[in-house]
Amino acid sequence: MSSQNGNGSKGISLGALARRPETGSLIGFIVVYIFFAVLGGPVFLGLPGWSSWLNIAAEVGIIALPVGLLMIAGEFDISVGSIVPAASMMTAMLGGHYDAPAIVAILAGLGVGLTIGLVNGLLVTRTTIPSLIVTIGVMFAVMGLTLGFAVLVKGSTSVSYVPDPLTKSLMGQFVKGFSVSIFWWLGLVAVFFYALHVSPWGNWIFAIGGDKESARNAGIPTSQMTIALFMASGFCAALVGVLQVMTYQQAQVAGGQAFIFNSIMCVVIGGVLLTGGAGSIIGILLGTMTFAVVNQGIFFAGLDPNIQFIITGALLLAAVLSNDRFRAMATSAAAKK
Amino acid sequence: MSDKAPVLEMRNVDKSFGPIDVLHEISLKVHEGEVLCLLGDNGAGKSTLIKTLSGVHQPTRGQMMMDGQEVRFPRPRDAQEMGIATVHQFGGTYPLMSVGRNFFAGAEPTKGFGPFKVFDRQKANQIAVEEVQKMGITRITDGDRLVGGLSGGERQSLAIARAVYFGARVLILDEPTAALGVKQAAHVLRIVNEAKRRGLAVIFITHQVMHAMAVGDHFAVLIRGAIAADFRKGEKSREEIADLMAGGESMADLEANIEGYMETHDGHPPPPAH
Repeated sequence: MSSQNGNGSKGISLGALARRPETGSLIGFIVVYIFFAVLGGPVFLGLPGWSSWLNIAAEVGIIALPVGLLMIAGEFDISVGSIVPAASMMTAMLGGHYDAPAIVAILAGLGVGLTIGLVNGLLVTRTTIPSLIVTIGVMFAVMGLTLGFAVLVKGSTSVSYVPDPLTKSLMGQFVKGFSVSIFWWLGLVAVFFYALHVSPWGNWIFAIGGDKESARNAGIPTSQMTIALFMASGFCAALVGVLQVMTYQQAQVAGGQAFIFNSIMCVVIGGVLLTGGAGSIIGILLGTMTFAVVNQGIFFAGLDPNIQFIITGALLLAAVLSNDRFRAMATSAAAKK
Repeated sequence: MSDKAPVLEMRNVDKSFGPIDVLHEISLKVHEGEVLCLLGDNGAGKSTLIKTLSGVHQPTRGQMMMDGQEVRFPRPRDAQEMGIATVHQFGGTYPLMSVGRNFFAGAEPTKGFGPFKVFDRQKANQIAVEEVQKMGITRITDGDRLVGGLSGGERQSLAIARAVYFGARVLILDEPTAALGVKQAAHVLRIVNEAKRRGLAVIFITHQVMHAMAVGDHFAVLIRGAIAADFRKGEKSREEIADLMAGGESMADLEANIEGYMETHDGHPPPPAH
């Protein structure tokens, strides 16, 4: 230890690396990638493999980022599962059914997400209901509203929309099999990295998740911060909805439910503690990549697709165990010299 | 020192919650560079008193004065802005955050270009370590260390150092030594002395008479919401204070009773009174 204590040495020591919360996620990703690389062969290692899992990673990754921040702050957001179809339905309805300009349709779709996030945030901060329950309730309400409006306006549960070429190329294009949503995802990774690790707000998020009462006493605007985080997750889920409309040129009232568990899984595999207070964007990024590799690697490996659920489940359990170990290590180092 | 107005004073403060009176006619004062020990058993009203001092509760009757001027704290924030800092047992520290981040939670130093604020980690760590070391905790040398890895005493010291750094004039310590071992408690007591030396007014809440006697200049014993005794250092012995806290019932009598019972009952202690 004493060697590390010197004048802020930046050398990478093995011990310090092992204590970083991302290390487990990195090892997990490498193991999973090698496993599928061996089974999947050159096709999985080549462009088709990369594009297929990166496309999956981008969609779930965009949602996992804010869900991860919320989890670090000690909250859950289940409602993302119904925000995705609600936003895509709003965009397709305005753009496809009412022929509104693409920008209006997109902003309206994103607005749906921000509004639902605001409702979530207000309900969580103004009442004592746990966010898990609040967002489950909101999810069902939004699901019902989406279905109701779709049937009322269109008389159908799906709406098609053909975006103009510019919109299509910015939000729904494939380049050699790679979806443009990958770039949206990477851009958001940078934004969230700044928010959590560089800006002072990141400190507030960790503090809120660590001890909300103390954070409030220290003058951190805990309620505003929580509402902002819920709005961020509403926004990102809506963005995925809009990207889906632009990509598939159609919006469905169902679908999106998979994002609930998948985003939580990415976040937990990425080393975020379920109880809040710890986590990192790099970890969430790695967790998302691991999840996507398992999700798509199965097909390249020629395994029974059902095996992916077993692997994902095992990964989740291993991740929670190693997260707990990390926490135990972090809080019990007092005895050492 | 005594001719200066006390930093914080309570005059005949009552506090009731609805029909229940919790505090009666509390009068206290604490001067700069002085440690006031508030002693009391569980349920004596200590926490209500702290919460009234720190702005969580408002007094039902009576006055609160700072530097001789009457003050009111509608919110805890107002008390903080006047320089009243409250440190709870583990409060104010986040185990999974680094020392530097803990120290500046809510008041982060930033270096910025335009709208992009950047948390200045190096500055935060440096100041945090310096301040903690100045308070006599030399074991904390790395601002990146997680607070969860520190001992209870060190965490307590970090919280106190933080309050001092952010300009506290009155330090309210709520049972800072209750959950600590002997050595760590000594640590915290040393820091209380250091805060006192720097001219802070310290209100030290405890039920451990030994700890109170080690640092206190002035003592007040709280029983059922009223001040049962108010005396200065050296005016009472440890036994007398313990007896006072037990509600006037002499501890020695109590011990004699129990021993007497055990002698006549094959060494069994008496059944607990209900």
